[in-house]
Amino acid sequence: METLEIVKEKTTAVKEENISGSEAVMRALIAEEVDTIFGYPGGAIMPIYDALYDYDNKLKHILVRHEQGSIHAAQGYARTSGKTGVVFATSGPGATNLVTGLADAMIDSTPIVCITGQVFAHLLGTDAFQETDVINITTPVTKWNYQVTDANEILSALAKAFYIAKSGRPGPVLIDITKNAQVQKFDYKGYEKCNHIRSYRPKPFIRKKYIEQAAALINEAKKPFVIFGQGVILGDAEKEFRQFIEKAGIPSAWTVLGLSALPTDHPLNVGMLGMHGNYGPNVLTNECDVLIAIGMRFDDRVTGRLDKYAKQAKIIHLDIDPAEIDKNVQTTIPVWGDCKETLPLLTTLVNKKEHKEWLKKFNDFSKEENEIVIKKEMHPTTNEMSMAEVIDALNELTNGDAVIVSDVGQHQMVACRYTKFNQSRSNVTSGGLGTMGFGLPAAIGAKYGAPQREVVAIIGDGGFQMTIQELGTIMQFGAAVKILVLNNNFLGMVRQWQQLFNDRRYSFVDIQSPDFVAVAKAYNITGQSVNDRKNLKAALKEMLDHKGAYLLEVMVGKENNVFPMVPQGCSVAEIRLK
Amino acid sequence: MNNDNKNQYAPNSSASGGAKGKQEYTITVYTENQIGLLNRIAIMFTRRKMNIDSFNTSPTEVDSVHRFNIVVNETEEVVRKLCRQIEKQVEVLKVYFNTNDEIVWQEMALYKVPADVIATKVKVERLLREKGARVVAIRTDYIVFETSGHREEINALTKALEPYGLIEFVRTARIAIINNSKGFHEKLKEFEALQPGEGIISNEFLNQQDKVFSM
Ligand SMILES: Cc1ncc(C[n+]2csc(CCOP(=O)(O)OP(=O)(O)O)c2C)c(N)n1
Repeated sequence: METLEIVKEKTTAVKEENISGSEAVMRALIAEEVDTIFGYPGGAIMPIYDALYDYDNKLKHILVRHEQGSIHAAQGYARTSGKTGVVFATSGPGATNLVTGLADAMIDSTPIVCITGQVFAHLLGTDAFQETDVINITTPVTKWNYQVTDANEILSALAKAFYIAKSGRPGPVLIDITKNAQVQKFDYKGYEKCNHIRSYRPKPFIRKKYIEQAAALINEAKKPFVIFGQGVILGDAEKEFRQFIEKAGIPSAWTVLGLSALPTDHPLNVGMLGMHGNYGPNVLTNECDVLIAIGMRFDDRVTGRLDKYAKQAKIIHLDIDPAEIDKNVQTTIPVWGDCKETLPLLTTLVNKKEHKEWLKKFNDFSKEENEIVIKKEMHPTTNEMSMAEVIDALNELTNGDAVIVSDVGQHQMVACRYTKFNQSRSNVTSGGLGTMGFGLPAAIGAKYGAPQREVVAIIGDGGFQMTIQELGTIMQFGAAVKILVLNNNFLGMVRQWQQLFNDRRYSFVDIQSPDFVAVAKAYNITGQSVNDRKNLKAALKEMLDHKGAYLLEVMVGKENNVFPMVPQGCSVAEIRLK
Repeated sequence: MNNDNKNQYAPNSSASGGAKGKQEYTITVYTENQIGLLNRIAIMFTRRKMNIDSFNTSPTEVDSVHRFNIVVNETEEVVRKLCRQIEKQVEVLKVYFNTNDEIVWQEMALYKVPADVIATKVKVERLLREKGARVVAIRTDYIVFETSGHREEINALTKALEPYGLIEFVRTARIAIINNSKGFHEKLKEFEALQPGEGIISNEFLNQQDKVFSM
C-alpha cells in the first residue's frame, strides 16, 4: 500500500546503471544543485556518509557539534541564500535532535530537506537499537515527511521533498531512509525533478475580481497602512513590493520576519510592528482605514488583543497560503496568491498618490518615541552600556550592509528595532518559535549561504550557552562569523517580565556564564570582552576587521528593559513607552 | 459565512466556549492512499483538543483515492478553519464539510443476544424485526444481529435490548455521502492537469457550499 507515485522517467536518461540507494541520494542532491550539507553521522546513516566520501569535491559537508546545530545552520543558509537547506542526521537521537529546528522552520516557513537514517526495514517496530518513530514524531512539525524502505523510491521521494520544501509556502520536509534502502542496488535511469503533485496546489488561483476590489478600496482610502512579513522575501518580491507602496504612497511597517525586505531609510518605512515594535505603527494600526497585510500571518505577538485589533479598518490580506486568510483576522478582501504576481497586478490598478498628512502622523509618533525611549537608549546617562548603543555603534561601522543573525530575548528585539538594513535577506532570527540557541548555528549557516557578506551574530549570554558547542564547528571549518554577545548576566527577557508583571520576583533568571573569551580561545577563536563605553567602537571595529571568526562580549546594563511594549492581553493601541 | 462573529479563532473553544452555534458536521476528506496520512489528519483535531465523534476511512469510486469521514460537534467557523488546515496537507486532495441535512449517512451496529432470550421472548423477536435487524450468525448459545441507521435509531435499539441480557454491542463510525456530489472521477482529472481549473484550486469555496462540485 505504501507507494509513491514514481516520477515518470524520461527516455533521455543516461544508460542504465546499477547503483546503491546512497549513491542515488548523492546524485539527487547534485541534480538539485545542493552545494552544502549540515550534518552529523551515525550508524543508521553510515552508507550515505560512505557515498558522501567520494563526493567531497562537489558537496561541502559541515560537521556540526549537535544535530540541532545542523538544522539551525541549514535554516540560516536558506534564509540568506534563498535556497533549500539540507541536513543529514542518523536515526534515534540524531533525528530527535532535529525536532526543535523542524518546528522552527515550520513556523517560520523555511525550506529545509532533512535526510535521516533509519534502522533496517525488517527491524521497524521492534525497538531496535536507535530506532525511534521519526515519521510520527515529526509529522506535526513538517510540511511533508516520508519513510523510504526501498531504494527504488529514493529518487522520487527526494524529488518530491525538494519540490514541496521550496514551493508555495516553504517549509521543512523530512525523508527517513532505512539502512537496507541505502545499501540496496537498483537500476538508475536518471533523476527528474518534480514539478507537479496532483494533491498539492502550492499557489492558489489568482482572482482578478479580488485584485480589482482591493485596488478600489486602496484608491478610496484616506489612511491606508501596509503591514508586511516574510512573504515578500520568500516570494522574491521586494522590488514588486516597493513599486506598489511607492506608487500608492502607503506607509509600511514590518514584522520581525519581514525586516530587511524594505531598506531602513526608505521614506515609507515606518518601522516595526508588534509587542516591542515602534509606537506609531502599533497605535495607528487602530486608526488606519484600510489595512493591507502582505505575506504575514497576524501572529499574536503582532496583533496583541485580537478583538481590539484594527476593528475600524477594512482589511486586505495578500497571502500564498489560503489557510492564513481569516485565520486570526477577518479579511474584507482576500487576495490569494504569490505576492510576486499579485502585487504588480495591484500596482497597475492603484492611483499614484501621496498621503502626506497621514505619513506625518507616523513621523510625529516616531518623534515622541525618540524623545521618550530611543534617545535614552542610544545615549544612556549611566556608566552601564545599553544594548541599543552597541547596535548603533555597529550600524556606523557596517553601514547597514551586514547580515544580522539574532538569538532570542531582549537583544533580539533591540537588534530588530535598531539595526539598519540596506538589502533584503539580511535579518535572520527565530521569529515564530523564539528558539534560544538558534543564533550561533544559524549564523554559521548564514555565512555559508552568503559567503561574501559580513555576518554578525547578536546573542544573549543565556542563548549563547544553549548551542555554544558550535564554536567547534567554526574552529574546524572556519566560518568567519562575528559573534557579539550582549551579556547582561540575566535571562533578560524573562527577568523583564518578572519585573513588570511578577513584582520583581526574579525566579531563576540569574544566569552565570563562563569566561566566554577564554572559551572562544580554547576553540581557537580570537576575542575580547569590553566593559567600558570608551572601548566599544574600537572593539567593534577590531571584530569586523578581523579576518576569521571573532567573539566580542559586551557587558551591558543588567536590568535594562525593552520598550515600547504591548503587554500581553492588551490592544496594540495600549502600547507602553515606559 | 457568518460575518458577525469576528472573534479570534480559539483553539480550545470546544472545551470552554459554550455550545453556542455548535452542531454536528460531517467532514469528507479525499486523499492519496498514503501511510502516515491518518496520523497527519488525526492530529489536526487532537492538537486543538477537539473531540472526534466518529472517524472512518474508506476507499472511493476512484482506485487510488481514499476518503475519510470525520464527525465533529463544532461551530461552523471552527470547522471551516480546520478544514482549510487539513486541505493544506500535501496529500489531501479536497475537503468538504456538511451539516446533517446536506448528507445521507448511516452507521452500522452488531448485537450479540443470548439465544434462549430470542427463543422464549416473542417481544424481543418482534422488536428486532420492527427495527429491521438482520441475523448474521446463529449459534446454540447466542445470535448476532446487524442493523444500520442513524445514531439515534441504533441507540434506541441498544437501550431496548439491554433488559434482555445483551451480551455484546459494537457500532461503526459514520459513513456519509454528500447529497449534491457527483463523485470524484471528474474531479480527479482536474487535479491531474498541470493547470487546473478554478474550482479545485485552494479551498476558497469551503464557505460556499453550493459551489462545491460546480465544475
Ligand atoms: C529554548 C528556549 N527556552 C526558553 C525560552 C524562554 N526565553 C525567552 S527569552 C529568554 C531569556 C534570554 O536570555 P538571554 O539569552 O540572556 O538574552 P537577553 O534576553 O538577556 O537578551 C528565555 C529564557 C526560549 N525562548 N527558548
